[in-house]
Amino acid sequence: MMASTYNAKDEDGHITVAGPGGGTLRSRKPENTAFKQQRLPAWQPILTAGTVLPAFFVIGLIFIPIGIGLYVTSNNIKEFEIDYTGVDMSSPCFNCSQNFSWNSTRPCTCSIPFYLDQPYESNVFMYYGLSNFYQNHRRYVKSRDDSQLNGDSEALTKPSKECEPYAFHDNKPIAPCGAIANSMFNDSLELFYNDPNGTKVQIHLMKTGIAWWTDKHVKFRNPGGNNPNLTVAFQGTTKPVNWRKPVYELDSDQENDGFINEDFIVWMRTAALPTFRKLYRIIQKKKDMVLTLPRGNYTLEVVYNYPVRSFEGRKRMILSTISWMGGKNPFLGIAYITVGSVCFFLGVVLLIIHHKYGNRNNSADISN
Amino acid sequence: DTKKPRLNRGGAWEENPNRHYANNKIKTTKYTLLSFLPKNLFEQFHRFANVYFVFIALLNFVPVVNAFQPELALAPVVFILSVTAIKDLWEDYRRHRSDKEINHMDCLVYSRVERRYVEKYWKEVRVGDFIRLRCNEILPADVLLLTSSDPDRLCHIETATLDGETNLKQRQVVRSFFDLDCDFDPTKYNSIIECEKPNNDLNRFRGYIIHRSGRRDALYKENLLLRGCTIRNTEEAVGIVIYAGHETKAMLNNNGPRYKRSKLERQMNVDVFWCVIILLVMCLFAAVGHGLWMFQYGDKRPVFDVLSPEGTDLSPIMSAIYLFLTMIIVFQVLIPISLFVSIEIVKICQVFFIHQDMDLYDEETDSHLQCRALNITEDLGQMQYIFSDKTGTLTENKMVFRRCTVAGVEYSHDANARRLAMYQEMDSEEEECTSHGGTLPRRDSVTSHQSARVVLRSQSTKSHRRTGSRAEAKRASILSKHTAFSSPMEKDITPDPQLLDKVNECSSQMDFMRFHSQPMSQLPSDLSDIIDFFIALTICNTVVVSSPNQPRQKVRMRFELKSPVKTIEDFIKRFTPSRLTSGSNSSSSSSLITNRSSNRGCSSILSSPSAESTLTKLDEEKPPNLEHTFSPVPPCYSEKAWAVAEGELRYEAESPDEAALVYAARAYKCSLVGRLPDQVTVELPHLGKLSFELLHTLGFDSTRKRMSVVVRHPLTDQITVYTKGADSVIMDLIKPPNTGKRQKKIVYRTQNYLNLYAADGLRTLCIAKKVLTKEEYACWLQRHLEAETAIQGREELLFESALRLETNLHLLGATGIEDRLQDGVPETIASLRKAGLQIWVLTGDKQETAVNIAYACKLLEPEEEILTLNADSQEACALLLEESLHYIQAKFLCSSADHAAKAFTANFAPFEIYPSSSPSSSSVPFMVHRLGLVIDGRTLAYALDKSLEDKFLAVARSCRSVLCCRSTPLQKSMVVKLVRNKLKVMTLAIGDGANDVSMIQVADVGVGISGQEGMQAVMASDFALPRFRYLQKLLLVHGHWCYSRLANMILYFFYKNAMFVALIFWYQFYCGFSGSAMIDQWYLIFFNLMFSAFPQLITGTLDKDVSAETLQQLPQLYISGQNSEEYKPYMFWMNMIDAFYQSLVCFFIPYFAYADSDVDLFTWGTPITTLALFTILLHLGIETKTWTWMNWLSISFSIALFFTVALCYNASCPTCYSPSNPYWTMQRLLQDPLFYFLCVITPVTALLPRYFYRACQGTLFPSPVQVGRQLDKLPAETRRNILSLSRVKVGSPLSTKPPFLSLAKPLPKGSNKTEKGSFPSPKASQGSILQTHDTRKCHKRSQISCAPRFCVGSLQFSGFLPPSKHMHLNGLTGQI
Repeated sequence: MMASTYNAKDEDGHITVAGPGGGTLRSRKPENTAFKQQRLPAWQPILTAGTVLPAFFVIGLIFIPIGIGLYVTSNNIKEFEIDYTGVDMSSPCFNCSQNFSWNSTRPCTCSIPFYLDQPYESNVFMYYGLSNFYQNHRRYVKSRDDSQLNGDSEALTKPSKECEPYAFHDNKPIAPCGAIANSMFNDSLELFYNDPNGTKVQIHLMKTGIAWWTDKHVKFRNPGGNNPNLTVAFQGTTKPVNWRKPVYELDSDQENDGFINEDFIVWMRTAALPTFRKLYRIIQKKKDMVLTLPRGNYTLEVVYNYPVRSFEGRKRMILSTISWMGGKNPFLGIAYITVGSVCFFLGVVLLIIHHKYGNRNNSADISN
Repeated sequence: DTKKPRLNRGGAWEENPNRHYANNKIKTTKYTLLSFLPKNLFEQFHRFANVYFVFIALLNFVPVVNAFQPELALAPVVFILSVTAIKDLWEDYRRHRSDKEINHMDCLVYSRVERRYVEKYWKEVRVGDFIRLRCNEILPADVLLLTSSDPDRLCHIETATLDGETNLKQRQVVRSFFDLDCDFDPTKYNSIIECEKPNNDLNRFRGYIIHRSGRRDALYKENLLLRGCTIRNTEEAVGIVIYAGHETKAMLNNNGPRYKRSKLERQMNVDVFWCVIILLVMCLFAAVGHGLWMFQYGDKRPVFDVLSPEGTDLSPIMSAIYLFLTMIIVFQVLIPISLFVSIEIVKICQVFFIHQDMDLYDEETDSHLQCRALNITEDLGQMQYIFSDKTGTLTENKMVFRRCTVAGVEYSHDANARRLAMYQEMDSEEEECTSHGGTLPRRDSVTSHQSARVVLRSQSTKSHRRTGSRAEAKRASILSKHTAFSSPMEKDITPDPQLLDKVNECSSQMDFMRFHSQPMSQLPSDLSDIIDFFIALTICNTVVVSSPNQPRQKVRMRFELKSPVKTIEDFIKRFTPSRLTSGSNSSSSSSLITNRSSNRGCSSILSSPSAESTLTKLDEEKPPNLEHTFSPVPPCYSEKAWAVAEGELRYEAESPDEAALVYAARAYKCSLVGRLPDQVTVELPHLGKLSFELLHTLGFDSTRKRMSVVVRHPLTDQITVYTKGADSVIMDLIKPPNTGKRQKKIVYRTQNYLNLYAADGLRTLCIAKKVLTKEEYACWLQRHLEAETAIQGREELLFESALRLETNLHLLGATGIEDRLQDGVPETIASLRKAGLQIWVLTGDKQETAVNIAYACKLLEPEEEILTLNADSQEACALLLEESLHYIQAKFLCSSADHAAKAFTANFAPFEIYPSSSPSSSSVPFMVHRLGLVIDGRTLAYALDKSLEDKFLAVARSCRSVLCCRSTPLQKSMVVKLVRNKLKVMTLAIGDGANDVSMIQVADVGVGISGQEGMQAVMASDFALPRFRYLQKLLLVHGHWCYSRLANMILYFFYKNAMFVALIFWYQFYCGFSGSAMIDQWYLIFFNLMFSAFPQLITGTLDKDVSAETLQQLPQLYISGQNSEEYKPYMFWMNMIDAFYQSLVCFFIPYFAYADSDVDLFTWGTPITTLALFTILLHLGIETKTWTWMNWLSISFSIALFFTVALCYNASCPTCYSPSNPYWTMQRLLQDPLFYFLCVITPVTALLPRYFYRACQGTLFPSPVQVGRQLDKLPAETRRNILSLSRVKVGSPLSTKPPFLSLAKPLPKGSNKTEKGSFPSPKASQGSILQTHDTRKCHKRSQISCAPRFCVGSLQFSGFLPPSKHMHLNGLTGQI
């Protein structure tokens, strides 16, 4: 409607302009266009109780079902978590945890028994979780050299300044350099199923497929191209100070060794928050078996290397299935339900306001 | 005086001896190619914000504290700086181009080598060069006039480009070159000129010329032709260049544009300061937090706490200090770097739209509004006081004869009234016709310089360029084609048929009588009155006649034209024997060589002998020989010239009303055809041309308020005095009524009509005559001559002499001249007043005129009381003010309390448009009453004294309208300054003339009317309007829009940045206060500059809270701007709180959604950025009032841009962008359903409170603006009905009062009239000084002319107008 009235005006204007002004004398009369005259057709919403009311109800009505859906989905996810830091004296890992040093030669192992009261049907993801570990510290996040990790041979021998003070050790370039790599999580976790018949069955943990595909294939590359001999490729470099083994000995598998070791890649993706988990292994559902992890007793065997007690950190092992929306997290569902309810409630409030006061102005306007 | 001798030596030398003076090349550019970068940067760094941002960018280069990649951090500031630099460069380039054009204009310079005048560029002109100037040429430099082709040794110049005055100025040849022949030979020139140093005073020039003979002659400003002026009417002139180039007065006067800071910007700067405080607090908080976080680990350094690059351990305190700096970098966004640039962009767009507004375009002059100050558009929306000039601002400064009364009979001139009404529409076309007609002949006359007109136009365009637009130049050139005060509207008066018949009858009778040699006294007295009336109109003035064929060339109808009068002796010799001469004749500026002021001495010398001879001649006078006296056309007149000139004569008058009267008389075939110092020639119907011997002209002065001419009537041969003057004075000089019943009746009737005229806002003049017997004349002449020759107190004696003559007058009639109000002035004033603006009129005009106009333009209402302050001493003024204050308090205190109570109940009237502004208005301590204050210049001078100014303000601010008459330009500016500084209000000054310049400069916003008086006001102004009425749209619509747009945009900016930065701040709690940011540095840096910039610019430029129509129909909406309701200090904090709330939501919903997951830093940060972007854009959506396709487009563009950039950026390089390296992050996020769920819930939650609040506000307590928007939504018909109803019903008390008063105390319906009637009689509360004139009783005229106007006004309309009250505060000490 608005647009049509404006158009009519426009035409009028054009006629007058084109008439006498078409001659030699160029008039400086402004053009009569909707834009220049600020008459663009426009939608003018007016926010009153009456007009926004539907929005609130609609939001409420949409959000609550979504919230319920999300909540149910999240609840269907099975998750099991076990803290193996060893803070308590009673904890099997207490002894190991007393060792604050990174480079103790003697590996400390501890095994933690636990009971899964629910069977896990689909693929199970095994995480290690760290708490109070500030992987997002500004200087920490920076302390890496992406070029080196990408297999750049020059950066391999001359790590970026960002890696300082973890760039050189004993005048040799560190590979991989930087604080992130230096502090890599180096506990190894193994899972055993205690068959009710007494045998201890080790559960096969998949080492690969835990990192982003792009990380493994694009971002991280071993130096020296396709040189199968990583030892040679990394020649002239030294291992990070805290590491026990050089980078080319991370795994026996050629495809998972060196910079493209997936544990390493996962670690290098710095966590956003001080309490985080990182994917450690995947327990794949075997084709012939119905359950990936049947209900029963399990033992977690930990090679306890990673000191966290010094900064009040915690270490956890998490077993979880995932759904289309990721891991278990009821928050979003609850949030949707809450916001939906609040909207609904506010809608009701607005309805009352609209009924009590809203008609006053309008009716007066129109009746007058 | 520091006079620097400037030696100008012309002569036969080969080289100019004045090489060392500045040449005429002008260079107004700021930069050269080399100096551009350093100079521009230096200038930009004067802005504190730029220094700050550069400092932060440089801080990034320090490794310990850096937060971002240093190069990247430089990007925004470099971008901002380069945008500004490019803008500056472009401006400078334009200046350079126009400089070049000007420098390459041609002029004729005397070449010493070639011994002739050669064409040269302006820039090659040097001091000491001789320049030959031709008609219509523009002066290239300040030139001392040495010779002119004009026989009077004059050179006429038009100074429109300098001061905008369109009337011609005369310049004289230097005295010592006076006697030279026309062909001045530069080679013979050998004198030295010494003059003062170049200065910018246009009205002063002093120096002297030293001739070889050692003779010294003084030089005055009358000898100097200034650069930029145009030569007119003078075929050729030669001068010597005194000042050139940048030393010319015109260039020295060319100050650059002033930088004004708007109120909004001042307020914004306070909040920027608060932002800095918030920033520092946040940084400090983070620094302390970091220190504590470090401290808690003690010596056991955790593995993630990386050592410094040197491997050294940082102590908690040191790292806290470093962190503080880092945080400043990270949080820098809080101080919005793009705010300043955005504001500039938005303001430029706003200016563009104001420029483009068709409603502000004046077809007649082909000019539209010009914004000359780019940075105070939003101030237009916050004005509180308007100070307006009267003449030319409220009025057109076109005096139009409207009606007259002769011999007690009113001739209503209805046809004339209709004609005037018609001009409202017809104006433009007619003007165009005449302007074309006017150019053609001129072009013929200047054929020697082909296309002079084109040159003229282009040149005057150039000379204006410094201050900006072509519009001015064009206007100036249009104006120059006209004689002043000669638009068709002023010229073509439609005669009243009745009166025309009478004139014809009368003149035919006279012709008959003349033919039959009957004495004229036998003519019926009413008929003779009529003819006398028109003769008086024609000759009782100082109008000079010019012929249009040679524009502005005087019509010379002198007998011996060939040899102009050179000496006084010659003059006497030639004229005394044959004709009477008059010494005090000051009207003949056209043919007297020297101008009036300098001629005083001479004229008195000359007058005595001539006058004596007059006396003797009178004695010897034979009985009138009619046939003889009646040779009206002198034989030596060239008949051919007459034929051409006939009917096409132009009248050049000093004041527009004189011209109006002459044109009026011409409409009755009674036309002035020639004026000489001693003779006026009038052409009458049937009678042909009559020459009146002009014996004396007693010029107008403001004390007498009248002028008279003494002539010898050629028909009756009587010595007749024609007097024309203000009704108040003439009426007192009329012969006592007892002399005749008829005269008594005439006087009575005329007085009635005069009052009627005044009520119509017409300027009234009375015309009277007096016939002197020879004895009386001789007697008077004797004493008059004594007075003229007196050495001491000559002025007073002459004054007394005039008083003696102007007595016992015979009233002929009165005229009503319309000082035509510009179109729509009363409406504009009414609606501006409704908009809460206080309007003061400051005029140099006399009190009566000013009051009349004030009534005409509804500034004063008939039912208003008027306080008139006239004091003649400081004490009297103090007393007056004191009394008025008491009076106001006594009178209105009780009534306002009464009203307030009523207002409370009235606020719940069923229809209410302005509910929420009442609280603010009630807090105003001073109520504005229905009072008008009229104060004259002298009293104003006392009132503006330090000791009285507070009292004056107290009185003035409680009056609804204030009228300052007879005020000087300085007083005008003092009043503005006083109000501005003491009341702390926003002031706007509007004026059109040079006398308004100071006021325009002092006010917060200066508006110039590009009217008849020219460009000087425009040059000084911030905005130039073609018409006063455009002020309404400029303020009410554009001002409101600009203000509300900018205010909202600034608030939004603060919100946006705070919201964005707070996200990072919350994150510090989860990253050990390490200054880490989850938002990628690219997003962080370009968020403001790119992703979220466009929508707010679009909204800031295009958003309309209320439509233009509604804003104009409901001026009350303007009050929101005055009260700064769109941007109050608390709103900043509300926005901050909202920003923090929203950022909490945007931070913690993703936080909890991703809590204890394997999410990495940037996979988590990117959704937060996205959410923040959505929230910010939706927030803008809530605040956007009108959604055009531009808004939709800009928002979609922003979102699309963000995702595009993010996707490209995240796919571009797997190893770059340390430290974030967000490779493939966005791509993965887009596959994650969780991301979409976040994108839905977070903005909704974040905006819920604001949305809810807005909705409640819209229903529960809508602001006036919101009500206006609701009105907007209604169909046009309904809206109009509502508005008209509201005006009639509720609005009627509102509309007649200033709105905020009315809001506070709207009267119940119908109480309006009774209320006025029941105002307590002021008598009770008055002291002895307050003399109340109840208008019904005032049959006698009081001292002030506005009073009689009321007598009749109320007599006429007593049936339906409430009685008006008058209070005269006469502070004359005698009365006290």
